[in-house]
Order: sequence, then structure tokens, then C-alpha cells
Amino acid sequence: MFETKTSSSAFGNYNSMWMYTLKNVGLDFVRKGTSQHSRFHNLQELRHSASLTTKVFIQRDYSEGTICRFQSKFPSELDNRIERSLLEETVKTLNSYYVEAEKIGGQSYMEGCLACATAYFVFLCMETRYEKVLKKISGYIQEQNEKIYAPRGLLLTDPIERGMRVLEISVYEDHGCSSSSPSSSSVSSACSTAR
Amino acid sequence: MSAVMITRKVRKWEKLPGKNTFCCDGRVMMARQKGVFYLTLFLIVGTCALFFAFECPYLAVHLSPAIPVFAAVLFLFVMAMLLRTSFSDPGVLPRALPDEATFIEMEIEAANGNVPPGQRAPPRIRNVQINNQIVKLKYCYTCKIFRPPRASHCSICDNCVDRFDHHCPWVGNCVGKRNYRYFYLFTLSLSLLTIYIFTFDIVHVAMRSVVSGFLNTLKETPGTYPFYICFILLVCFFTLWSVVGLTGFHTYLISLNQTTNEDIKGSWSGKNRVQNPYSHKNIIKNCCEHPVLCLQKTTAPLIPNEHTPDEAKASAVSAAEKSHSPKEEQPPTAKLPPLASPETDAETSIAKDKPH
Repeated sequence: MFETKTSSSAFGNYNSMWMYTLKNVGLDFVRKGTSQHSRFHNLQELRHSASLTTKVFIQRDYSEGTICRFQSKFPSELDNRIERSLLEETVKTLNSYYVEAEKIGGQSYMEGCLACATAYFVFLCMETRYEKVLKKISGYIQEQNEKIYAPRGLLLTDPIERGMRVLEISVYEDHGCSSSSPSSSSVSSACSTAR
Repeated sequence: MSAVMITRKVRKWEKLPGKNTFCCDGRVMMARQKGVFYLTLFLIVGTCALFFAFECPYLAVHLSPAIPVFAAVLFLFVMAMLLRTSFSDPGVLPRALPDEATFIEMEIEAANGNVPPGQRAPPRIRNVQINNQIVKLKYCYTCKIFRPPRASHCSICDNCVDRFDHHCPWVGNCVGKRNYRYFYLFTLSLSLLTIYIFTFDIVHVAMRSVVSGFLNTLKETPGTYPFYICFILLVCFFTLWSVVGLTGFHTYLISLNQTTNEDIKGSWSGKNRVQNPYSHKNIIKNCCEHPVLCLQKTTAPLIPNEHTPDEAKASAVSAAEKSHSPKEEQPPTAKLPPLASPETDAETSIAKDKPH
């Protein structure tokens, strides 16, 4: 059964719309403790049930070399969907995480020397600092999706799934006909997606 | 009306375009042509086996037992680096999904405007500025992406590879961002091993000759010894010239922060006053801050043995489908960085009775 999360009312309404849509496409929307995963995945599955409007891609910023960094330019397609400052904050935080991951310092040299001395077998038991930061990044993106983007009908895709080339933002049809989200773009209620 | 859907979790590597072969459930990734790789293996293992069998007993007794021990350690290191280079993902860039490809096409069309029929469209190039220098990013028609700086498309493997160095048939794989470090260590350690074996081969022959004269040495040793010694000497001689030369070449490239691909194409050769924007102009700095040698796995892995999030799960939507393949549970390997969204879709195998 679908369990409504007790968060903001906009989010609750959004979820109830999803529930209606989901029942009609015949899926069990099981919400468990790992709610972040299941909502995230169910949003991905619904990509195929015609809820997805468009995708917006934030490109890499190469001005400082080949270090991983995304442009902070705000895409115009998201003008009505999300506040500029929120997206810019997300991109800025992601960029800082990538800087941290690719930082060359004492620890990375030590790791490198140890790895070389053990013919890289040490990585069977140990995780590199880069991998640890990647995990942090994916956790951060999930948290951002949960708190900020999903309520606005958006979904961030971790850049690592796209080879660090783009930051993909999926834009879903806005079901906020009875919600307080500031959307004036194409509004199609859940009823229209019922089959 | 009941719909029983048991769909198999499909691994990402099974769906990968490109001409790679995978083994061990996606943990091993190589090019299709592996013949030369087997030759490399044979040469290294064969020569070292002969060295251990025919020379080490004499050297261990008459010189020092540390000699074969060090040779063994070096040999193991060389094999580890070779296998690591051959089996790992060189830094393959995933191809653009249809949405992204369409988006890029629209951008290009918008930038080019209306091309009159019969005229060729202008080349698809995106200019970016790196360290105050304009670098042109080319569009890859196969992968449908604008290649990041220093990436190149390998026609043998049919993939775009990040920081593409070259495709090495000896190693049976491309050399790119994720395995350049192992490749360099492989050539370096192989050079050392070759020099080591070559030296002790000559020492062995010399020592025996000092004791009993050169011709007598050949007669003394069992009939096939000279053949094996000559084989080792021959292999080592040619390996010395090629591998040591290659190591020297790559050391030179590292000091300039260039790739083999850029060197061959003459991208930064200085004509047209184009300089290498990635180089620090200081050899020490280039070596110490080399983005590939000094950093740990600094690019996105292809994650070949993770599940495809979109694949097969969408089939759960159409309730009339039936699939007969069994569901496979495969734990992801600890080696590769984890995905942002580990696949938890137990919903892929759904059995329910549902009216439409």
C-alpha cells in the first residue's frame, strides 16, 4: 500500500497524484524505510509512462581545465519550475565535491604509493578517497532530489551515469493543479494520464 | 487476468554498444582482437619461466638467493600491471541517450541556422576556453556527443575514450584515463625486468665461461641449455629496444602532460602558436601533478556490471507481457565506485492478478 509521507503538503499532493497514476499503470508503489530509493526509482520508471516532459542538460565548464566542473548558468527551461538560487547552490556544492575528490595532496600521494607498492591489490580491501567522495555525491544528489527537486517535478541524474559529461535534469509533467508549487507550465492532471 | 512477469536484471555491459568483449560478469573488459595480447603473455611468462628454470639455480647458488626472489617479485608486479591494464575500463564515455542526442542535435541546428539544400552543413564543433586558450571540441557521430577535451574515438573498440592515449594491441585494450597509470607502470616494470634478466643472463654465461671457457660452457651444459639461453637473450634484446624506448617516450609525454594521440597528431607542436593548455610549463610540476598518475581513478567508470536502471523494469508496465527467464541476483563488485541509484527493484519480478 502506498504510505503518504508526512512532509509538506505540496509534496503530499504530488505523491497522491503519483499514486493515482501508478495504480492505473498497475504498479505497486511500495514505500519502505528506503523511501529515497523507491521514489527515485519509481520516478525513473514513470519516465516511460509519458509523464516526462523534457530533459535539461547542464554542460561541463572547461574554463579551468579538465577538472570536473559544471556550468552555473541557469537554463531558461527551468525558469518556472525552480528558484535560481536553489539550482545554483546545488551545482556549486557538486563542483566543490568534485574539487575535493580530485584534489592532489598528501593523502592522495600516500594512497598512490601504497597502492603501487602492493601492485594495486590494496584496493581490494580499501576504497579510494575518490570513491568515497563519489558516494558522498550520490547521497547528496538523492537528498536534493528528495527535498527540493521531486516536489517540483524535477529529477537530477548523477553525472557519473552520463560519464561526467552533463548534469541531466528530467522535467516531469506538473501535477500541481491543487498544489502550491509555482508552476504555470503545461499542467496535466493525473486524470489525463489514466488508462 | 493474471500477469506473471519475471524479468531478468540486465547488466549494463550486456547492453553496451561498441566492440568490447566482457568476461567474469563484466569485471573484465577487453577489445575484440586478443591475439597479440596472448603473444605478450606467452613471451613474458615463457621467458621468465626459462629464466627461473635454467639460470636461477646456478645464480642462486653461486651469487645470491636474492636474485631469483627479486626476479619473482618483479615478474608478479609486471603480470599484475599487465592484467590490470588489459582488463580494466580505459575510461569509455557512455554514448548519449536518445534524449540527450536529440537535445544536442537541436542545439546544433539552432547554431547553424538554415543550410541551403545541396550545401554541406558546417562541421560540428564547439569552442571552449581552457586556461585562456580556445580548444575545439569535436562532435562524435557514433556516440552522438561532443567529445570532452582530450577524448578521442577509438575505431577498433568503437568507443569514445576519455584522455585517449592509444589503442595498444599488445595489451589488448585502449589506453585511456583510467588505465594509463597501469600501462605506464607495466612498461616501466617490464623494462626493469628485461634489463634484469638480460644482465643476469650475461652474468651467468660469463661466470661459466670464466670457470671453464666459453666453448666448454656450451658443451658442458645439457644439450638444450644454449638454445634456451639464446632464446632469452634474443627476446630480451628486442624487448629492451622496444619497451625501454616506449617507457622513455611515455616519460617524455608525462613531463609535457601530453597523450600519444596528441603527440602523433601534432596538436600542440607549436605551429600556429597553439600550445598545450594542460601543461604547467614546468617538468617537475607536470610529473607531480599528473592528472592520471597521481590521482585515483579520476573519471567515471562505465560500471559495466551494474544493472541498467531502465532496462527490463519498464516491461513491468505492460501487464500482458510474460517473460520466462529466471531472475538473477548478482551483488555488485566492491571494486568499482557505487552508482547513485543501486538497483533495488524487486518490482522487476512481479506476480499479480490484476484486472485491467
